[in-house]
Amino acid sequence: MADLMQFDLVSPERKLASVEASSVQIPGADGDLTAMADHAPLITTLRPGILTVEGPEGTMEYVVTGGFADVAGPSVSVLAERAMPKADVTGDVLAELISDAEAKHAAATDTAVDVAAKLVADLNALKDSLGA
Amino acid sequence: MPNLKDLKNRIESVKSTRKITKAMQMVAAAKLRRAQEAAEAGRPYAERMLAVMSGLAASVGNSEGAPRLLAGTGSDQTHLLVVMTSERGLCGGFNTTIVRLARAKIAELLAAGKTVKLLTVGKKGREQLKREYGDLMVAHVDLSDVKSIGYGNAAEIANDVLTRFDAGEFDVASIFFNTFQSVISQIPTETQIVPAKFDAPEEADDAATLYDYEPSEEAVLEDLLPRGIATQIFTALLENAASEQGARMSAMDNATRNAGDMIDKLTIQYNRSRQAVITNELIEIISGAEAL
Repeated sequence: MADLMQFDLVSPERKLASVEASSVQIPGADGDLTAMADHAPLITTLRPGILTVEGPEGTMEYVVTGGFADVAGPSVSVLAERAMPKADVTGDVLAELISDAEAKHAAATDTAVDVAAKLVADLNALKDSLGA
Repeated sequence: MPNLKDLKNRIESVKSTRKITKAMQMVAAAKLRRAQEAAEAGRPYAERMLAVMSGLAASVGNSEGAPRLLAGTGSDQTHLLVVMTSERGLCGGFNTTIVRLARAKIAELLAAGKTVKLLTVGKKGREQLKREYGDLMVAHVDLSDVKSIGYGNAAEIANDVLTRFDAGEFDVASIFFNTFQSVISQIPTETQIVPAKFDAPEEADDAATLYDYEPSEEAVLEDLLPRGIATQIFTALLENAASEQGARMSAMDNATRNAGDMIDKLTIQYNRSRQAVITNELIEIISGAEAL
């Protein structure tokens, strides 16, 4: 059994999870990464994706959009703008997020266009992976 | 002396007023608990966010390429004041204290020759400021349809503020709101949100300097600053909501007590008048009998 670390998932409105975990797979902006206990201190921004937490209590999956993760040795905190247990995410919720992102993409100018386009692409990839 | 029927009506009407204020007090108490819970629940996020941001700001803040949201535009000519008040009245001095603070700030800025723009959140503050500073108002956010404040509301306000900032409409932005201290005490507070200001990080924060940043310090900061602003606004809205209910609760408690006092006084007056009427009648009967 791997060492355990403290895992917290918080959204602006509430704390979604605060459990012991052996590994956390984070959808980082530059690609997925898995943090285990005693990972080097790291702060990364998130892209929309699935956050997988493995711990003694089993595996939990959350869908997160935007925010950042703070990995520091004995603890991992994920601060997500929106986070939901994977089971709660329906096609409707995603469709809403995607249409929001597309509207932003259409309204974006200059460098923001690329950022918005990436958001749309990430959301679509997320939708595909959920099979919703 | 008012006649008995009038007094009776008066007592009845004060009694029903007391019932209403009592009910409002209890509703406010229930809402206050919920608002406090919401404020409590939002705290971990806001604290973490602030900790990470101030660490980052300390390491990036002084470099050349620091984002404008952190470094500012280099001038402080135009100020945007975001005044957050309630949508409903009957909450004591809640709105007045915020507006008074904002008014003092406006006067100070105008006296210094600065340009002031106002963005109001909540109907009550706009009403109070409109008379004097109506021409300074640039926008108003209406939250009267919002049952419980969500992060989405804060994000919308933040978006609005950021769009204005990008369009060069202002240099400095501050928010005005009440910090919830207790049911009887709410503290009007002013916080500067643009350019972002952080308390100097605790000295020699070794842990903060060791972090790896992905994609890069600047990119993370760029991503975080707008979120930080939204978070600050969200925290302020939650504090405000709790303060409003607290203020309403104590205002309604006072009103209920005053109504009680008034009923007691009126009841004594009523009883005296009734006694006087009876005495009068007796005198009439007796003097009538004596005359015979």
